[in-house]
Amino acid sequence: MSAPWKEIVRKIDDYRWEIPTSYKAGMTVPGLIFTSESMLDHIWEEQVFEQVANVAFLPGIVRNSLAMPDIHWGYGFPIGGVAATRVKDGVVSPGGVGFDINCGVRLVRTNLTEDEVRPKIEQLVNQLFVDIPSGLGSEGKIRVKEKELEEVMVRGSRWAVEKGYGFPEDITVTEESGSMKGANPDKVGSKARKRGIPQLGTLGSGNHFLEVGVVDELYDAEAAKAMGIEALGQVLLLIHTGSRGFGHQICTDYVALLGEAVKRYGISLPDRQLACAPISSSEGRDYLAAMSCAANYAWANRQFILHWARESFARVFGKSQQELGMRQIYDVCHNIAKLEDYTINGKKEKLCVHRKGATRAFPVGHPDVPDIYRSIGQPVLIPGDMGRYSYVALGTEAAMKETFGSTCHGAGRVQSRGAAKRSLRGADVARALADRGITVKAGSLASLAEEASEAYKDVSEVVDITHKAGISFKVARTKPIGVVKG
Amino acid sequence: MEKDFEILDHTADVGIIAYGADLKQAFANAAKGLFSLITELDDVEEVLCRDIELTASDEESLLVGWLNELVYRFDTEGVLFKRFDITQLGDTRLKARSYGEKADSAKHSLKTGVKGATYHMLKVDKTDGFRVQVLFDI
Repeated sequence: MSAPWKEIVRKIDDYRWEIPTSYKAGMTVPGLIFTSESMLDHIWEEQVFEQVANVAFLPGIVRNSLAMPDIHWGYGFPIGGVAATRVKDGVVSPGGVGFDINCGVRLVRTNLTEDEVRPKIEQLVNQLFVDIPSGLGSEGKIRVKEKELEEVMVRGSRWAVEKGYGFPEDITVTEESGSMKGANPDKVGSKARKRGIPQLGTLGSGNHFLEVGVVDELYDAEAAKAMGIEALGQVLLLIHTGSRGFGHQICTDYVALLGEAVKRYGISLPDRQLACAPISSSEGRDYLAAMSCAANYAWANRQFILHWARESFARVFGKSQQELGMRQIYDVCHNIAKLEDYTINGKKEKLCVHRKGATRAFPVGHPDVPDIYRSIGQPVLIPGDMGRYSYVALGTEAAMKETFGSTCHGAGRVQSRGAAKRSLRGADVARALADRGITVKAGSLASLAEEASEAYKDVSEVVDITHKAGISFKVARTKPIGVVKG
Repeated sequence: MEKDFEILDHTADVGIIAYGADLKQAFANAAKGLFSLITELDDVEEVLCRDIELTASDEESLLVGWLNELVYRFDTEGVLFKRFDITQLGDTRLKARSYGEKADSAKHSLKTGVKGATYHMLKVDKTDGFRVQVLFDI
């Protein structure tokens, strides 16, 4: 018997599957899932189709409700979803960004090799764990005043660098140069501020982590070299975190506010978590202004963490910053809504691109790609689970045409946290990782089991699909040797 | 009622289905479910209390608002709550007193961070007993 999804989706090619508008009354555009036949069985079981279809209800949505191959069941929007809405008559939805606004990834190169780092990996992981506050309830080492928090909201990474955390070069290789325009602190409530002040400069818990990885595959040596990835065995550092309680509260506040706006604007939605408002309305504009504050908070957060990580490396290896060569490769966000220009039916149009667990993937020559990468395209950073691999890729022209300049953001879960905890014990997970040469330090053993490799899709399969579909091209792969989990 | 709440498995997140002899109790049990995700409730003592009062446009929004207020209190004051006395609950208004203590790393192990309560799969069911369902982003 054929799988039930076969009667619903239309195969476009091996990596593109369409959910027609006839699937659910109310869809204004078809769904388009980038995945493989073998992955569709699981996607079907998860009711992801339903969520992709629900997003296609959003007023002003253009072309398709998109899903990347790491797609999984979210709340409202699927995780791994992309939706672009027309600025002139479309809506913005806080649920299309999520609670962790500007959750993202920063990748840093080093001059160190695996041979140099392996003997000291335990010391390094412990040092990172000490120097970078992590885990539930942790507080930052810096304590900003309310006025300074507003500076962070408006200026993001720039503020952190001016205060001595990192270098001006870090900013040039950060999406939006680490400070998104349009941020307005007046649109951020007192609760978000109260949560944001103590949590600035913390890694957090859940799936957030620091990963010390070793380059083990080079697919495009020339592009890799342009990023400072020169050889197999080179050690890189990856930072994965977001806007902490500050962003969570902004999402909470605006989902509630826009839930009321939905009624006022007469918008009909199949799921309340898709609450939205016209981009041109005061509610829509206010959300984008507050969201930008959280995005900037997240960029400042990753900037502080990078600075402390550089200090940790310097301490452990007894080398200067110069000798370590810890240059930032790039920083991407994967939970965001952004106003970007696209050509739709031959006409230039301003769109609001929601990336809910999706990474921007701009091509060669795009004006928003930093100068040093203009000739290769925007670096795309795709962390896997802590036991397998992480990838570096590049944005493409096909992504501009098909996915509003977007690609996947990670492995994507296949197993619930509860199921992972029931089937695995944190101590066993730590031992299994140690057997594979990966040293892990985690705030809690339970969180380790929740984030075990078994709970995730194989990131290699996900990245291969985006590569073959042409929406991002593989450059390099790293395998972890040390991980700090919140 | 045999149990106060059940954990609802979801690929990325976790939900709670809470029961009660009335809606007040179901709301209280949902809050208990929330804190059972964060810590072991048996380790928490009732040494302080906090009053919460809020309004929302309907019962479902009230449930989300109530749980998000508790997430906020935990995140900003570090208070782990274990008992909830809902003194007033109408269609648009809730008043409650919550009991617990400040989190102490020597005494409490913190398990899962909860980012917020969502409207996805949200249910307030009064047809056959009282049952509420909510999904958290964690």
